[in-house]
Amino acid sequence: MKLIILENYSQASEWAAKYIRNRIVQFGPGPGRFFTLGLPTGLPRDHPESYHSFMWNNFFKHIDISPENIHILDGNAPDLQAECDAFEEKIKAAGGIELFVGGIGPDGHIAFNEPGSSLVSRTRVKTLAMDTILANARFFDGDLSKVPTMALTVGVGTVMDAREVMILITGAHKAFALYKAIEDGVNHMWTVSAFQQHPNTVFVCDEDATLELKVKTVKYFKGLMLVHNKLVEPLYSMKELGAERSQSKKPYSD
Amino acid sequence: MPSNKSVSDAPIVQFTNCRILRDHQLQREDLWVREGKILNPEKLFFDEKGSADVQLDCKDSIIASGFIDVQINGGFGVDFSLATDDFKSGIDLVSQKILSHGVTSFCPTLVTSPPSVYHQVLPQISVRNGGAHGAGILGAHLEGPFISKEKKGAHPEHCLRTFEAGAFQDLLATYGSLDCVQIVTLAPEMKRSSEVIRELTKRGICVSLGHSVANLSQAEEAVQHGATFITHLFNAMLPFHHRDPGIVGLLTSDKIPAGRRVFYGMISDGIHTNPAALRIAHRAHPKGLVLVTDAIAGMGLAPGRHTLGQQVVEIDGLNTYIAGTKTLSGSVATMDACVRHFREATGCSVETALEAASLHPAQLLGIEHKKGTLNYDSDADFLMLNDNLYVQATYIAGEEVWRQDVSGM
Repeated sequence: MKLIILENYSQASEWAAKYIRNRIVQFGPGPGRFFTLGLPTGLPRDHPESYHSFMWNNFFKHIDISPENIHILDGNAPDLQAECDAFEEKIKAAGGIELFVGGIGPDGHIAFNEPGSSLVSRTRVKTLAMDTILANARFFDGDLSKVPTMALTVGVGTVMDAREVMILITGAHKAFALYKAIEDGVNHMWTVSAFQQHPNTVFVCDEDATLELKVKTVKYFKGLMLVHNKLVEPLYSMKELGAERSQSKKPYSD
Repeated sequence: MPSNKSVSDAPIVQFTNCRILRDHQLQREDLWVREGKILNPEKLFFDEKGSADVQLDCKDSIIASGFIDVQINGGFGVDFSLATDDFKSGIDLVSQKILSHGVTSFCPTLVTSPPSVYHQVLPQISVRNGGAHGAGILGAHLEGPFISKEKKGAHPEHCLRTFEAGAFQDLLATYGSLDCVQIVTLAPEMKRSSEVIRELTKRGICVSLGHSVANLSQAEEAVQHGATFITHLFNAMLPFHHRDPGIVGLLTSDKIPAGRRVFYGMISDGIHTNPAALRIAHRAHPKGLVLVTDAIAGMGLAPGRHTLGQQVVEIDGLNTYIAGTKTLSGSVATMDACVRHFREATGCSVETALEAASLHPAQLLGIEHKKGTLNYDSDADFLMLNDNLYVQATYIAGEEVWRQDVSGM
């Protein structure tokens, strides 16, 4: 894995954004060649307004994307399992996920794959753990009774199939989960640990999230920042794409 | 990209690179318009899977809802209180010219006049939508003749009337018809005003208090019966007194019925009201302030003599007096100048200044669900302004109806 440690939330976000941008540009997307970006369902889909508004306000309205190219799991579908299966098919049809970007829960889960989820699971319905319900209460005015208890989620196996995985972890409350994810063994109680077996994982975090890690680990990866920063500098743009193509830069891998 | 708009095939315009006034704040957001209304882009995106047909770069302009002038007596040589043969073309001329001042809707105002004038003029005023032809007409504002002799201001004394005898019937007989009337200004101390106010309010007409010597309790009683507006605060009413604040006291009265707000017109041309008085009113009751021009026929013309109904007025710079006197009679201010002056004098935010000329008049007339804001599904009447609040372009129902000439006309 690559562990990228930045000073704070803003810097971590910016680094991650630059990385994603460079990845998209270097992929060279075009008509018929889609860069498939995977995102976990940020909120239980039961409340379409809140989830769609969140995605619209924070992402879609700022970019040039056609609505047909957005696939969101529909928690109101008549047959939920069929919806999940169809989603897996759509991923296959789009050529697989190029880059999956997600966060980590305080209980170490990726998407809504709560502790105990199979590490080879696929997209399915999950009942949420109390930790997750508490964490999501902020989207429902702090009213626990309003938070949905079930969610549709991509599986650990689904994310493992992505060609690259990026996990964003910021804040001290995530520190223990990060420790469990990268310094302990692969364990279905901390589902993010599954990515230790993925060939291409990037963890982007801030100082606070490293609080439970060994000093040795932190020092090692901080020492690599000079190399890792080459992934975000220079910042490529689609306009230069033509010129860059001829040089065909290969992303650094571990 | 294929757009599959399930609701309508009408073209969608996306105004980008702008700051829009929404929810009382300037936000860096795009403005989406379809079929003359403000469109919700999120619904369009998710529900209809639609996208913009046209994208316009607004070069970082401010976009705000169009101004609404609820007190304008004429302009450009046209006097709404004169029953001329070409009255209709006169009103068309004014409605077209004020687009350049940022006014997208207005209430043509008639000052105190003999009944014959009302009977001839009112049927020629019709409520209509704005467009390339001019600003929309919301309805007439009848300022007088049921006002106080002592505070007649520029209104002709011989035309003043009372409704002592027949109350509402007297009023109806005087005006002839109330079909297209939106606002009536009267003096509440007059006998039987309560009945009249109730009748007018029942018919959805906004009652305004003005040209009056009412004390605070008379004014409060009028509000309880339905009055919601004060015509040009401070002017033509008793001055504020600490033991009887008069009509001015309505700004902070505790006898206003729950859920109601009293609005008050201010002519912020720098002449009708001292900036300090403007600030006092604004600070006492900021949400009720409605900017009006009270513009007269001479507005937009060279200084000199013009008419205001039955009177002759003389214009000298920004001052307009009854000829040969020092009695103020209307103004020659334009709405955008009023907005700028209001902002300068009070030091308020751009948002506040703009809302005083758009949101507040819409709230006064109970039309804020479709005018006065840039909320989704509202009428797309809006302005593009620069940071100094000079109007660069005016849009009505999503169509550009006026644009500032680059040569600076």
